[in-house]
Amino acid sequence: MDNPVLEVAGLNYDFGKGPVLKDVGFSVGPGSFAVLLGPNGAGKTTLISLITRLYDSPTGHIRVAGHDVKRQSGQALARIGVVFQQSTLDLDLTVRQNLYYHAALHGLGQREAGERIEQELGRFEMLERAGEKVRNLNGGHRRRVEIARALLHRPDFLLLDEPTVGLDVPSRRAIVAHAHRLAREGGIAVLWATHLIDEVFDGDDVIVLHNGEIVAQGSVNEVNRAAGATGIADSFDRLTARAPT
Amino acid sequence: MTAAHYRRCFIGILKREALRFVQQRERFVAALVRPLVWLLIFAAGFRQVLGVSIVPPYETYILYEVYIAPGLIGMVQLFNGMQSSLSMVYDREMGSMKTLLVSPLPRWFLLVSKLLAGTAVSILQVYTFLFVAWFFDIDAAWTGYLLLLPVLVLTGMMMGALGLLLSSAIRQLENFAGVMNFVIFPMFFLSTALYPLWRLQETSPFLARLADWNPFTHAVESIRFAMAGKINPESLGITLSALLVFGALAIVGYNPARGTMARKG
Repeated sequence: MDNPVLEVAGLNYDFGKGPVLKDVGFSVGPGSFAVLLGPNGAGKTTLISLITRLYDSPTGHIRVAGHDVKRQSGQALARIGVVFQQSTLDLDLTVRQNLYYHAALHGLGQREAGERIEQELGRFEMLERAGEKVRNLNGGHRRRVEIARALLHRPDFLLLDEPTVGLDVPSRRAIVAHAHRLAREGGIAVLWATHLIDEVFDGDDVIVLHNGEIVAQGSVNEVNRAAGATGIADSFDRLTARAPT
Repeated sequence: MTAAHYRRCFIGILKREALRFVQQRERFVAALVRPLVWLLIFAAGFRQVLGVSIVPPYETYILYEVYIAPGLIGMVQLFNGMQSSLSMVYDREMGSMKTLLVSPLPRWFLLVSKLLAGTAVSILQVYTFLFVAWFFDIDAAWTGYLLLLPVLVLTGMMMGALGLLLSSAIRQLENFAGVMNFVIFPMFFLSTALYPLWRLQETSPFLARLADWNPFTHAVESIRFAMAGKINPESLGITLSALLVFGALAIVGYNPARGTMARKG
């Protein structure tokens, strides 16, 4: 793939109780929507922690828009917007205060931050709640705020770790649709980590992670062919049915 | 990243710290009540028992309340440093620390900014305490109040750095109270906050030596001398050294290669 936004190669990680990631490698191109599909415990969150440099892997490399996450971490992190599985909003601050804090951490000035906050909250229909404390928002609204926050610094690449966990069906559908629109219309590369099959759309790229290893990757059709299945749900079941190695 | 980015990031961290402090009014009141109880009740009660002979920087006999005031200022900053540490552990458990750590600015800068922001809050607490203490005849010359400010930056950062180091080592919030008992009480009581070193020397040379090695002793002495309009180079030097050691260890503690963020228990 030419000029991938995210390039992962030869990644291994061990918490000291056995390998959690084994020789993981894949790429995500500009404007594409890639689903990192894997059951609980597959290593998705660990992979995301490595991409965002919460941990460092002793092997392999991760590059974001050509910048190595370890050696050029500032340039790499400036291009990533991330929504973690666990909410990272300050519950006692308002929506607007949370967004201004994030903007400051990315070096944005007050005026520019204000304009972008209005724009992103408007995009996610959260403008009227900008003055509310996060503690008073429901799960769906908090997730929308987190996605809006992740876009404030205009990243090339949006990383979402199980962003719909705990949400009701309409909220889930809305957030999945929002994220696909960002890739399609905004040209942002998206890596969406999930264990929920119904969040995979036909045009998505899929990376199937099981027990820390990539067991299939490619378009939905390519993954189905590799699994010998007719649909992505069946493919997922077949590919993740193997016993742990 | 330019200098403007760094400045905006620091101001953002400072604003968040200030917002959190303003919202937690109980914390502000506790930070004020704690030293005032020691000053107005403990010191008054022990005034006759613990007479203080003339020790530097004082040139005359002083009331016991005057003697322990610098120690109580140290207490305010020590508790603030530990409170900041608790907030860091809480942020790590609740997830909001990730917001800080995925900033593109260097990690050491983010941690030092947190440290400075916490120190600013502690200085506000100290001057509020001194304002109230003034009504109870605990005062200093205006030069003393002025000289105190840079010293408070140094001592506040030293205690904040200790808090930061502890937060990198503590796995869970539940473990925090136990750790605090092993830090706050020994640091405070094994120092010159409540009694001069020669008093401890009379009782136990061993404890006096430990107190002399205790960086909190030197923070208190730096504050004591500053309030008297003087400088204690030895104590300032030891406080600065402790700050650099704690700070360096804390930055190592938060190094991604150590996987500190993986330590959620």
